[in-house]
Amino acid sequence: MGNQTDDQTALKITPLHALHLSLGAKMVPFAGYDMPVQYPAGVMKEHLHTRAAAGLFDVSHMGQVIVKAKSGTYEDAALALEKLVPVDILGLKPGRQRYGFFTDDNGNILDDLMITNRGDHLFVVVNASCKDQDVAHMKANLTDCDVELIEDRALVALQGPRAEEVLAALWPDVTDMKFMDVRDALLHDAPCIISRSGYSGEDGFEISIPAGQAELISKALLEDSHCEPIGLGARDSLRLEAGLCLYGNDIDTTTSPIEASLEWAIQKARKDGGDREGGFPGASRILGELKNGTARRRVGLRPEGKAPVRSHAKLFADVEGKTELGEVTSGTFGPTVEGPVAMGYLPTAHAVIGNQVFAEVRGKYLPMTVARLPFITPTYKR
Amino acid sequence: MLKFTAEHEWLKLEGDVATVGITQHAAEQLGDLVFVELPEVDAELAKEAGAATVESVKAASDVYCPLDGTIVEVNQAIVDDPSLVNSDPQGAGWFFKLKLKNAADADALLDEAAYKDLIA
Repeated sequence: MGNQTDDQTALKITPLHALHLSLGAKMVPFAGYDMPVQYPAGVMKEHLHTRAAAGLFDVSHMGQVIVKAKSGTYEDAALALEKLVPVDILGLKPGRQRYGFFTDDNGNILDDLMITNRGDHLFVVVNASCKDQDVAHMKANLTDCDVELIEDRALVALQGPRAEEVLAALWPDVTDMKFMDVRDALLHDAPCIISRSGYSGEDGFEISIPAGQAELISKALLEDSHCEPIGLGARDSLRLEAGLCLYGNDIDTTTSPIEASLEWAIQKARKDGGDREGGFPGASRILGELKNGTARRRVGLRPEGKAPVRSHAKLFADVEGKTELGEVTSGTFGPTVEGPVAMGYLPTAHAVIGNQVFAEVRGKYLPMTVARLPFITPTYKR
Repeated sequence: MLKFTAEHEWLKLEGDVATVGITQHAAEQLGDLVFVELPEVDAELAKEAGAATVESVKAASDVYCPLDGTIVEVNQAIVDDPSLVNSDPQGAGWFFKLKLKNAADADALLDEAAYKDLIA
C-alpha cells in the first residue's frame, strides 16, 4: 500500500481537541491544526448520517473576526469592507449573513468568507488557511476600523435535517430562524452567536461558543441520539455534493469570481449602474466579465464510470487526450449521489450541461458529463 | 502458508500460486472503499510494480505486486462491491492470484508474527 506521510510540525489545537480524542477520532494536520478527519463510523457513514439526521463538525480552526468602525456605526464598517469585497454589505439587514470574497487587484479571489451584520459591527468568518493573511489585509486597508481576530471562541457546525430539533433542546427559539439569519443565544448560560447556515447543502447552524464552554455544549448536542460527530473527510464530500467551493482547490488567486460561477454573490448595488458600483479590487475586470462573459467557467462534472476523478486530473475534449481543456479542481465519491462527483474549469464553449469531456486518470481517458450544481437538492430553510 | 509484506498485503500460498489481498490493518487505515481497479489476467508484473488501485472517499492508493509473477485470476466481486474489502479483507475481499516466477521468493516475506510486530 502506498501511504502519504503526515506533516508533524507543531500543530495548533482547537478547544474541542480532547473531545475528538475521547470520541476516537483519527486526527490529521489541516491548515496548521490537528483536526479530526473521521471518527470510528468512517467518512461514508458520517456523510450519510448528516444528510439523514444531524452531524456536529468542529470548525474552530476557521477565523472569526470582528470589524468595528472607529465611528461606532455599522454603515462605516460596511462601507469600509465593501472596498475589499464585491458584495452589498451596506444593504445587509441586522442579524443577516451573506457570502462574499476578497478580491485582488487582478480580480482574482484572495479568500471567501461569510459576513454578518451584528447591529453596530461586522462579524466575519474566513478560512483557516487564510486567516492571518485576511486579518492583515483588513487591518492594512480598513484604517478607520478596528479588526480583531477572536481567539477565545470555538466554532461548531450542526448540519442536517434534524439539526433544528437537536439545537431546539438547548434553545427553543431556534425555530424562528431562517436560512442566513444570525442570532445571539444563551446555550447552557454561555453567550453564543448562532447562524442558520453551513457547508453541507443541508439545513443547519454554525455556533460560535466561548472556548471554555465549547466542550460542554458540544457534548450536550451529541447527547441527542440523532446527532453524531462528523470529521473533515465527510465535510469535504458533503460540500462537494452541494456544489460549494473549497478555497485553495476550486477558487484561488488564479480564478475570478465570474470564472468560478459565483456571480450570484455580487448584488445589484455593486454592479454597473448600481448605487455603489465597483470600488473593490479588480472591479474593472470583474464588472467587465459580468457583462461580456469569461473564457472559462467552473462547472459540475459527473464521471460516467465508478472511478473517482480527483483534483488536478486534466480534462480533454477527446478520448485520445489530444485537446486539453482544463483541470478538475475537486473530485471524490459522493455517498449520497452513490457515484463519483467533481468540479473543474472548462472553456465556456464546453461548459454546457450535458457536454462530454474526458479526464486523464492513471493513463486512461474517462468520460465525464458536465452536470448541474448542486448534485443534491439542498434543504436550506428559506 | 500465509505471508505478509511491509506494504500491508497478505499472500496465501498454494504451490507456486499466491492469493493476494490487503490486510485488516490496511483496510481499516484506508476506510470505506468505493472503487477498485484490478490488473489484467495474464499480466506479468515485477515485484513492487503497481498491481491494483483502491479508492476511498478521500484518496486513491496503490496496491503493489508483492513478488515477480503472472496474474492468473482476479476477484471481480470486489470491483462490483468494493465494501467487501472492508468487511472481509482476508477472505472474500481477496484481490488477485499470482503465479510466482520463483516460488522460493516467498520465503523472504514476513510471517504473521513479524507482520503483527510491524503494525503494533
